[in-house]
Amino acid sequence: MKKEIICTVCPRGCHILVEGDEKSVFSAEGYSCKRGLEYANTEYLSPVRILTTTVKISGIDGDLLPVRSAKPLPKDKLSECMDIIKKTEVKLPVKRYDTVIADICGTGTDIVATKDIG
Amino acid sequence: MYNIKCDVAIIGGGPAGLAAAISAKEEGAQKVLIIERDNALGGILQQCIHPGFGLTRFNEELTGPEYYSRFADKANELGVDVLLNSMVLQIDSDKKEVSCVNSEYGLTKIEAGSIVLAMGCRERTRANIVIPGTRPAGIYTAGSAQRLVNRQNIMVGKKVVILGSGDIGMIMARRMSIEGAEVVMVVELMDYLAGLTRNRVQCLDDFGIPLKLAHTITKIEGNERVTGVYVAPVDENKKPIKEKEEFVECDTVLFSVGLIPENEITNKAGISINRITNGPVVNQYMQTSKSSVFACGNVVHVNDLVDNVSKESEQAGKYAARFAMGKFPKSKKEIPCITGRNVRYVCPHKIAISEEIEKTTLFFRVLAPEDNVKLIARCGEEIIAQKKEFRANPGEMCNLLVDTSKIAGDEITIEVVKED
Repeated sequence: MKKEIICTVCPRGCHILVEGDEKSVFSAEGYSCKRGLEYANTEYLSPVRILTTTVKISGIDGDLLPVRSAKPLPKDKLSECMDIIKKTEVKLPVKRYDTVIADICGTGTDIVATKDIG
Repeated sequence: MYNIKCDVAIIGGGPAGLAAAISAKEEGAQKVLIIERDNALGGILQQCIHPGFGLTRFNEELTGPEYYSRFADKANELGVDVLLNSMVLQIDSDKKEVSCVNSEYGLTKIEAGSIVLAMGCRERTRANIVIPGTRPAGIYTAGSAQRLVNRQNIMVGKKVVILGSGDIGMIMARRMSIEGAEVVMVVELMDYLAGLTRNRVQCLDDFGIPLKLAHTITKIEGNERVTGVYVAPVDENKKPIKEKEEFVECDTVLFSVGLIPENEITNKAGISINRITNGPVVNQYMQTSKSSVFACGNVVHVNDLVDNVSKESEQAGKYAARFAMGKFPKSKKEIPCITGRNVRYVCPHKIAISEEIEKTTLFFRVLAPEDNVKLIARCGEEIIAQKKEFRANPGEMCNLLVDTSKIAGDEITIEVVKED
């Protein structure tokens, strides 16, 4: 399986053509540095993203708590995580980096607040 | 009338104002006051809940709230005063006075030793780019939609077309998708991306959102609510090719078509404005044409990275403090920064030559994308700073560090030269 990956490590934005199967990368072309090759490998085998969104505050309409995943989450888990987050409400006060949802969807990563409110 | 006295008065409590306040305090200014029209500090970063801030400054990927909170906490620790819910009406650069209206005190006069302009910018709207059609509900600028969705819990639509591939537009494409809306396409007039490549990958490609380069919206349809838009490719003169026009169904249109520095106060004070950046002309101390007034951040020129805003704002805060304390460097002369090959503008616009030996960063943007280039600063034929880049993009600010003691002659030229 071939996949073209645009590297986001630096503004150069190399187009890297990666060939492999589900478990490993056979070859990569078009990268210009070691970090680019690493990025292409991760992006091909198990792409991850930081998830950011907001959470409802109990009893308050018209204000939201911004949250993030403490670490990047697997890309294919993001929509499952959003389903949980959408059903979540928090009670004030909340401090920055307080855990809002622990170990979301069994990923081992917490959803944390990014702001103090209340 | 309510009166306040301070050393440095800073207009705007976003990332620029916060960084300026901290460095003014650290430089030794006693009383530093931030005047903010919103009910909280942080400016636009309050609604920028996505990551990508602080990569150059902190070597970490922070969200907007995390980034500004670091500065707001520091400002609080240092004892910076803050006047919230206060709209500045005008400044008097000779008397060094700021007039504002505060929701509690009413008309308020602030006497300062120096003034820092950090008002940021506002979005260009549909009216600015004149898109024909009806005026139904469902048309927003990307930033106002961002505020509604991220701060006020109001979802703006279900099926969205975005005009403009600027960063805010792409980030809103992802945000709307995550929240369950369908983003039909992002339409861009130019034949290249306006924002950062990283945002194209993570905000459009990740969600399979098509990017239509060299296209534009020719008409908006709908009576009470948007029902769709006509999209057409454009020729080399950016004129829509009518025969290839297509109807695209949607209920919401977001505009991400550029930002305008917010300089009503600056204009009223008679401060010189640069025609390209639409912001005040500044030297490397971020000092405007009125010596008591400094300016920093998006009010001077629209930045792509907040990390750069913090850096230049610290410079503004530092020198505004020195001005207020009577310790401002005496300059022998000021020389202009001239835009050479493939350079749209340079900030600062001029450099004050003083006794002090200084290193100063010149920020500039290219006119068109170019690969394998050399960025050069020269005085006459003599090159005083240079650096190689794999790629220069209009959407990504370039910079060069210049030693001001090396400057000779009456001007400095910044150019981008193609390497073989």
